Formats: sequence, C-alpha cells, structure tokens
Amino acid sequence: MSIFNHHKAFERNASLLMAVSLVVVMIGGIVEIVPLFYLKNTIEKVEGVRPYTPLELAGRNIYIREGCYVCHSQMIRPFRDEVERYGHYSLAAESMYDHPFQWGSKRTGPDLARVGGRYSDEWHVEHLKSPRSLVPESIMPNYSFLLKNKLNINAIDRHLSANRTVGVPYTDEMINYALADLKAQATPDSSGLQGLRKRYDKVNARDFDGNPYLISEMDALVAYLQMLGTLVDFDAYKPRENLR
Amino acid sequence: MSNGTLTVFIAIGVILSAAASIFAQDDILRAHGLLMTVIMFIGMLVVIVLSDYRPAHSRPSRKDDSPYMDDVVRFGVIATVFWGVVGFLAGVAIAAQLAWPQLNIEPYFNFNRLRPLHTSAVIFAFGGNALIATSFYVVQRTCRARLFGGDLAWFVFWGYQFFILLAATGYLVGATQSKEYAEPEWYTDIWLTIVWVAYLIVFMGTVINRKEPHIYVANWFYMAFIITVAMLHIVNNLSVPVSFLGGKSYSAFSGVQDALTQWWYGHNAVGFFLTAGFLGIMYYFIPKQANRPVYSYRLSIVHFWSLIFLYIWAGPHHLHYTALPDWASSLGMVFSIMLWMPSWGGMINGLMTLSGAWDKLRTDPVLRMMVIAVAFYGMSTFEGPMMSIKSVNSLSHYTDWTIGHVHSGALGWNGMITFGAIYYMVPKLWGREQLYSLRLVDWHLWLATIGIVIYASVMWVAGITQGLMWREYDDQGFLVNSFIDTVSAVHPEYVLRAFGGLLYLSGALLMAYNVYKTVTVGARRTEPVGAAGKQLEPAE
Repeated sequence: MSIFNHHKAFERNASLLMAVSLVVVMIGGIVEIVPLFYLKNTIEKVEGVRPYTPLELAGRNIYIREGCYVCHSQMIRPFRDEVERYGHYSLAAESMYDHPFQWGSKRTGPDLARVGGRYSDEWHVEHLKSPRSLVPESIMPNYSFLLKNKLNINAIDRHLSANRTVGVPYTDEMINYALADLKAQATPDSSGLQGLRKRYDKVNARDFDGNPYLISEMDALVAYLQMLGTLVDFDAYKPRENLR
Repeated sequence: MSNGTLTVFIAIGVILSAAASIFAQDDILRAHGLLMTVIMFIGMLVVIVLSDYRPAHSRPSRKDDSPYMDDVVRFGVIATVFWGVVGFLAGVAIAAQLAWPQLNIEPYFNFNRLRPLHTSAVIFAFGGNALIATSFYVVQRTCRARLFGGDLAWFVFWGYQFFILLAATGYLVGATQSKEYAEPEWYTDIWLTIVWVAYLIVFMGTVINRKEPHIYVANWFYMAFIITVAMLHIVNNLSVPVSFLGGKSYSAFSGVQDALTQWWYGHNAVGFFLTAGFLGIMYYFIPKQANRPVYSYRLSIVHFWSLIFLYIWAGPHHLHYTALPDWASSLGMVFSIMLWMPSWGGMINGLMTLSGAWDKLRTDPVLRMMVIAVAFYGMSTFEGPMMSIKSVNSLSHYTDWTIGHVHSGALGWNGMITFGAIYYMVPKLWGREQLYSLRLVDWHLWLATIGIVIYASVMWVAGITQGLMWREYDDQGFLVNSFIDTVSAVHPEYVLRAFGGLLYLSGALLMAYNVYKTVTVGARRTEPVGAAGKQLEPAE
C-alpha cells in the first residue's frame, strides 16, 4: 500500500514526528474535557450547596491527608441497591466546590457521600480511635492520634483565599472571620455562633470530639463527616427541572 | 558525573530541605523538610565515604572508549532492581495490612499512607527507572549516537531519584493531593517537571543527532510516552498552593471537571507510562533476544498511531454512572472498546516476532519471560475493554476486580518485560558472557507467574463476590448483606493475595541476587540438571 510509503516523512524527521504525535494525543482530551467547563447541563441547579466552613475545610484536609479516599468513595451511583444502602444518588452540584474531588475509586469501606448525621459524634470518635471496638470485622486502621493532635489553624484564612483563587465563592467577610468561625463551630455556646450561622447555612456547631479544652484534628474531621451529603434538601429537588 | 559534583548537589539539597523545614508554614512541609534533610545528609555522607581520594593519575583508569554513554544506564538498571524490590515489598506489606489490620502502625505506617507509596514505588520508581534506563540504552544503539547533552543524562537520573524520595517521604508525613498516581504535592510536581523536560531534551537530542536515516519504532513509542506524560502531568497537577512555604495546595479544578481531568491523567498514566513506554521496550528487546526482525513494519505503524490516538479518550470509563455527564462516559466506553484492537495488534506484532524462532522458548528463559509479558499484556488489554462496558462496570467498579486487573497488567506485563530487558542488558553492560545463572531466571519466571495467577484470580473472585453481595436482595426485597459482611467475606482472598504477592517478591529477590552475581562474578559454571556424574549412553 502506498500510504505506508508516506510514513517515511515521520520516520526521518524527529520534530515532525513529535509535533504530530502531540497533536494526536491532545484531541481526545480536548473533545471530552473542555465541554465540561461550559456545557450548562454538566452541573444541575440545586439549592443548598455552599462552600465548606473553615472547620469543615480543615477536616476535609485531614480526610485527604490520611488518604481516606483510598478506601471510601463519595459517589453514589443511581442503582437501586446503592440508593437504598447510601441514600439519593450523588449530584454533580454536590462536589462543585471540591478542590480536589473525593469521589474515590474503590470501596474497601462503605461510601461516605451521605454519612453526615447517620451516626453520633461519639460513634465517629470511638470508631476512628479504634474501629474494631465497634465493628469487630473491620479492617480500617486506627486514627486515635487525631484526638491528641491540635488542629493547625493559624493560616486558615489563607486556605479560604486559595480556594477563592480557584473559584470557590468565599466572600471577604468569610475570609476575615475564618479563624473566628472555625473556633465558634468547635466550641459549644460560643458568641461567634451567630455570625457563623449568618455566613453558612445548615451548620453543625458543637464540640465534636468530646474534649472541650482542645480543638483537635478529630473535631475537624468529625465536623466534615457530619456535614457530608446533608446540604441538599432532596424533598425539594426535582430532577426533571434540570432537563435543559 | 563526578562524586564531587554529586556531593555539592546533595549538600544544596540538604540546605534547601532544612530551610524549608525551618520556615515552613504548616506541619506537613515542616515534617517533610526534616525527613528529607536527614535522608539526604546520610546520602551525602555515603557518597563522601565511598569516594576515591587518590590523586587522579594513581586511580585505576576507567577509559570510556565505548561510543555510548552507558554508565548512566548501569546506574539505571541497579536503581530499577532496587526500587522494584522496594515497591513489591511495600505491596506485600499493605496486602498483609488488609488481611490483618493489626499490622497498621498509626500514623505514619497506616494502610492509607502506604498505599500511594506502593503504587508510586512500583509505577514511577521501578517502572520509571526501567523506562529511563532502557530508553537511554535503546536510543543510543538504534540511533548510533551518544546521549545528547553530556551530564544532563546524569541530572535526569539523579533528579528522578530525588523526585522518588520526595514523593515517598511525602506520603509518610501526609503530603498528598489525593489524586491517584498524581499524589505528590505542588513542589514535588514542579521538580518532576524540570527533570522531565531535561529527559525530553536528552532523548530527543539523541534522536536528532542520529546517524541512522530512520527513527526506529521503539523510539516512536518512547517519544510519545515522554511528551504525553509531560502534558498529562502539567495539566492534572495545576493547583494553587496555600503558601509557597507550605505543603498544601488546592486543585485548579473542582468536582466533575476535576474528576475527568484526573482520570484522563490516570488512565493515560497506564496508557503512556505503562503501555507506550513499555511497548518501546518490547519493540527493541524482543527482536534482539529472539534475534529476529519485528514481525510487521506496517502493523507497527498502525499500532503506534491508533494506540496513541485512542488511549487518550478512555479515561471516562473510570467514572461510569457517576455525576459525569452520560455523553462523556459513553464516549469513554466506546473508545476503550476500540482500544482493544491496537492493543492486540501490538501484542501480535510482539509475539509473531518469534516466528521462525519459537524453538528458542525451550532453551531461553529470558525470551520466555518476555513472551509471558506479552501474553499478560494481551490478557489485560482484553479484560480492560471488557470492564469498561457500562453494564460490566456497574458490577466491577469499586471492587477488588479492578485491583486484580491492574496487577495482571503491572506484574504480568510491566514487571515481566522489565525483568526480561534487565536480564538482556546486564551481561552486555558489564561485559559478561552471560548471566550468572539462567536457572535462577527460570525460578524467577515461575515464582512470578504463579504469584500473578494467584493474585489476579483471587482478586477477581473477591471483586465478583463484593459486587454481587452489595446488590443481593432477599425475596421480600430487602438488601441481604450489611457492608461489613462483604468485608469479612473476602478475608481468605486477601490472605491469598498477600501470598501471591510474596511469591512475586521472592522472584524479584532472586533477580537482585542474579544481577549482583553477574556484575561481580560473571557466569556461574553449571551442568544440566541430572547430568552430574552420569554419562549419557546412546540407546542400543
């Protein structure tokens, strides 16, 4: 076939071979990924999704640091068994402020997309401290050190700013009050609570880890776990409205 | 590169790490900087102690009269063997943790911090060093040109080892972006980008300086691997650091877009790092070992262009039935199924290269190893497209089936073809007639093969078990199993998986010993099995 004779051009010219290969490998990504940034129906319209509070964000960072995503997904697929086991299937909007996403790829443990509010704080603390004390067959590692580790909070406002740079709608006020909001959420009956609730809807504010004298990494992680999947009111959600 | 230069570079590294640790704004960089300072300080002492301090004229002269720059390849081969053993050991360790959770040591040695260490050690440390070493070996010989850029090749080698150290120690202290196979934080990513550009310059420079009119097919694949990985790495790791003195960044993308960008990267880490690059290995070392030309020149052209074009589309099959729009997911599935064809075209091209030399399989364990690698390549590139079909994926996704699939590819294809290439190169690089022991190669081959078969089959059983138990209903319409039932159900499989991994690791240890003896001693005197003290007599 003569077409193969033309291939000599690539075999004799390294720059041409490199340039054409680069173009060839770029096509798939451009066609698949770029439209996701502008097609409106990629992310459905949903009420209730808000940026993370400073304490939840700090907890999410611990979730990432400890590699929880290695064993737990946060993405419920629209199957009968998954919806019955974990709750309403996950919507794209629910992770629209997630930098990075935490959908996961493996369920060595159960999905956590809607774990918020399912168990008590005490259960989470005990389970993280020593999983097998509550679930004897569990193969999850212990995370008791989270109780002792003081949460590093001195740069929390910078974390909010960095998120704003990548597109999360944190306001100036949220950034200015980041430290105060964080403390208020982890301290029962704090005076800062009113401001926190004004800035963020549906906030759980309490002492999560059972130790009121220390804002620990456990406080932050449990605060994050307890809000997962609780923001959207699915009684008011009408999937048909999203057919655009 | 002289030891003096190396010492100076490490010393700069020590100072920078110490400074990073002292001025760090967060705990992660503080711990990471400290750990790197200690490790590099020890490394520096080792280099200083091992250096030769005699004046230049009284040192044994090592005149480099070879037309090729092979010292860096020798280092690369040793690094490949070393990181291979480390990566497999980490794999056995975390497999054991899943079978016996008491083996987790919080916080630094918990499963979830060690798992990226295992995947990165195997893919990037073992696989990456194998790719760098073989590509430097192959490109010089197929272009009849010395590596371009002089000491730049040494920068690529040492710079890459430094990247591995940065990544591995980072995982232990919790520096991670949580993007699978792209976990290292922003500062490690920037360093890898610099090293990778240097790698591209050395490789392409050598190709451009070639004395052969044509660029050999292995080099097409190496080149596609290097430029595509550069593209994937840069785009997927775009992020905004919280502070330039901190070990935490936020991804430039969020949610759906972040997920698809990640799996566009993740699947093509498989497609270009673990496939295109390793096909470069296949296209050089199998013809050399079999002493036959590549089966079909036209097939290699079709193979190359269709493989690099189709692979990049396959990423969305990691996100079936998620919040990713259906059109993207379907597109990913269709291209994944089409990908089966170029994959098998490549397999056929590799296998059929043996036409006229099949008899060598009886006598040559190294060639046997390469052929088994290509066979595993064929199997996993059939299994992959099958798992990308939505209805299959609805069962297999989130289960251990995926883990089994990955390992039949990684252990079977990447591992075996690398072992074959190492066994081919080592005698040539160190001027030995042949390997220390071919029998050890055979032992390695069978330990590894049995290990993979055990691993892949028990993970397949575990995955199907999980998938079916999760969706099992009783006749009243209630879910039968709680989640934890599905965890305890696969305990036997987890134990067997660790055993399979252990067999694979022991094979790699035999290889390390064999390589060590080949380098230091040369071929071992052997007699055929059963021949000792017995004279064969012709039949009456």
